[in-house]
Amino acid sequence: MSGYGTDGQGNGEGGLLKLDHVSKVFSTGTFGGKQMTAVRDVSFEVKPGEVMSVIGESGSGKSTIGRMILRLSPITKGQITFNGKDISSIRGRALKRYRHDVQGVFQDPFSSYNPIFKADRVFAMIKSEFFPGMSGPEWRNKIGLALEAVTLDPPQVLNKYPHQLSGGQLQRLLIARALLLDIQFLVADEIISMLDASTRIDVLNLLADLKGRGLGIMFITHDLSLGNYISEKTVILRRGLIVEMGATGKVFGNPTHPYTKMLLASVPQLHRKWEEIAEELKVSETVLIDREAAAKKAYETVSEILAPDADDSVLVEAEPDHLVRFSPEEARTIEPAAVAGKAE
Amino acid sequence: MSLQIENLRVYYRTLAGDVQALDGVTFDIADGEIMGLAGESGCGKSTLGNSLIALTGRMKYVEGKVALDSKDLPIWDFEEMNRYRFKDLSIIPQYAMSAMNPTRKIGRMTGELLESRGVSHKEVLPELRRRLELVGLSEDVLNLYPIELSGGMKQRAVMVISTLLDPSLLIADEITSALDVSTQKAVAEMLVEFRERGYVKSMIVITHDISILYQVADTILVMYAGKLAEKASAETIINSPRHPYTRLLISSLPEVGVTYTGKRLEGIAGTPPALLNPPTGCRFRDRCPFAFEKCLEEPPFIEVDPGHYTACWKEI
Repeated sequence: MSGYGTDGQGNGEGGLLKLDHVSKVFSTGTFGGKQMTAVRDVSFEVKPGEVMSVIGESGSGKSTIGRMILRLSPITKGQITFNGKDISSIRGRALKRYRHDVQGVFQDPFSSYNPIFKADRVFAMIKSEFFPGMSGPEWRNKIGLALEAVTLDPPQVLNKYPHQLSGGQLQRLLIARALLLDIQFLVADEIISMLDASTRIDVLNLLADLKGRGLGIMFITHDLSLGNYISEKTVILRRGLIVEMGATGKVFGNPTHPYTKMLLASVPQLHRKWEEIAEELKVSETVLIDREAAAKKAYETVSEILAPDADDSVLVEAEPDHLVRFSPEEARTIEPAAVAGKAE
Repeated sequence: MSLQIENLRVYYRTLAGDVQALDGVTFDIADGEIMGLAGESGCGKSTLGNSLIALTGRMKYVEGKVALDSKDLPIWDFEEMNRYRFKDLSIIPQYAMSAMNPTRKIGRMTGELLESRGVSHKEVLPELRRRLELVGLSEDVLNLYPIELSGGMKQRAVMVISTLLDPSLLIADEITSALDVSTQKAVAEMLVEFRERGYVKSMIVITHDISILYQVADTILVMYAGKLAEKASAETIINSPRHPYTRLLISSLPEVGVTYTGKRLEGIAGTPPALLNPPTGCRFRDRCPFAFEKCLEEPPFIEVDPGHYTACWKEI
């Protein structure tokens, strides 16, 4: 039982956040005549206290999914439910209530702040929108607790302008801001990529601590090592389609889809060279390359050389807690036991 | 010796005073060596890379010697440096994608660049085509405007153009940062390929991503707050670093296979010192778990093992 609702049925426990066959289509072209499918039939579920990594390269649709969850972008097809309730089309007070529960933090900490105001103005904005009646002392206490949760020292960060704080401090302030609302779910979209290496791990550890307190997190990233560090579940996206998903250990330990293998083979690792990893994953150029695309020569991203998934491909349970996209012919021949056996 | 740098100091002029961004660095790069230059924001790596090519904006040459292939480079003289730029040393700048003139087709821009150096565009054209093909770009690219290419394609085009005259030294400034993982690998491997084919003799690859350096660099130079912390082979820096900053940095990097529950990683508490009025002595001492009294005196950057240099009193 995959529990991912890919067959349209949940596991009955009512996960925290659930996507059911969600698609997003953009109109492009001068008069909106053309269409571009950014997200295609995506279904997954995140439970409380769980971190799900959504991994993909640019154009994969990962940020679009985040924006749809945050209600910053409308859904074209499908449903997003939060604690069992469909949030795709709520408005007014119901939407405000949703914002109390679900918040986002994005890639560039510096552009989330108005540079002519002090950084903690973001807290004041929360107060006026969500806690207008709260007393001064009670509010200050609340801020103190939120800052403590993100391991920031109040005198070091309060009353400062954004340019006086580091990227890592600004990101943690944004997480504290979300915590002021006692959120249940956080969408973290590439929140680490603009931070220095020595501060990245602090923000990652913070997210791991918060999930220990019951927060559900969608961690969007292109960096597999980060996803591996904190997430229980992983979704690999390619051009709007889920190509592989499941328990992080299984997706990374037993990568099955050629795109996943190619991603893993491309990640620069600290103790093993690319040749060693490619050898291990048996990533053979001849198997992966779409010869026609390679012959065209002016390819955009290197991963475009990889043959795309057919329109009739399906997600199949390759082993418990591990789904992989196959063509219908391949799917018929899959023996879950054989795939699981490879993990040893 | 391909490149020799001696006590180079380059500051930035500001209204509040000079920011001592690059504060006395000395090191060599051998012929054919790919040296990674690593460190976090504000450490001076971009200042170092860019000062060798052009002192622009608020950059101010304070002192120091730079010699390429035994010739002294007058980096303080912008006009004089024109003789060397693009021919003897070249740069792939940060944000290379924005480095191309948006109003020129790429072929025409390249032609203008070559003519400005007194090189015939027609003579170089066959070689240009060959190199574009090597990096996976069709020669049709020369007929396009930069806006018609994707980020990865622009990056590769700039790589080819910057190395067209076979410079002795190539400086690559954060060329993999804005790219997808698979394109990063292709670009990094291209750098090595360029060296193998003799298009470039030596390289300085500036990046904050140490794992890319492990894949392609021969040596790694780690900088901190305007000073050199450690230099050694890539293998040594990753597996047996000696400077406390390098050791803490390496151990704070997540890897595929390492999970939070398996092994909780720790960052380095604190932040680098401001370089407007930098502290005396070792600049890492406020964050260093091994700091002691001697650290109030600046440690020299010296060879502690063959080919392994570091600036730390504990290691001398």
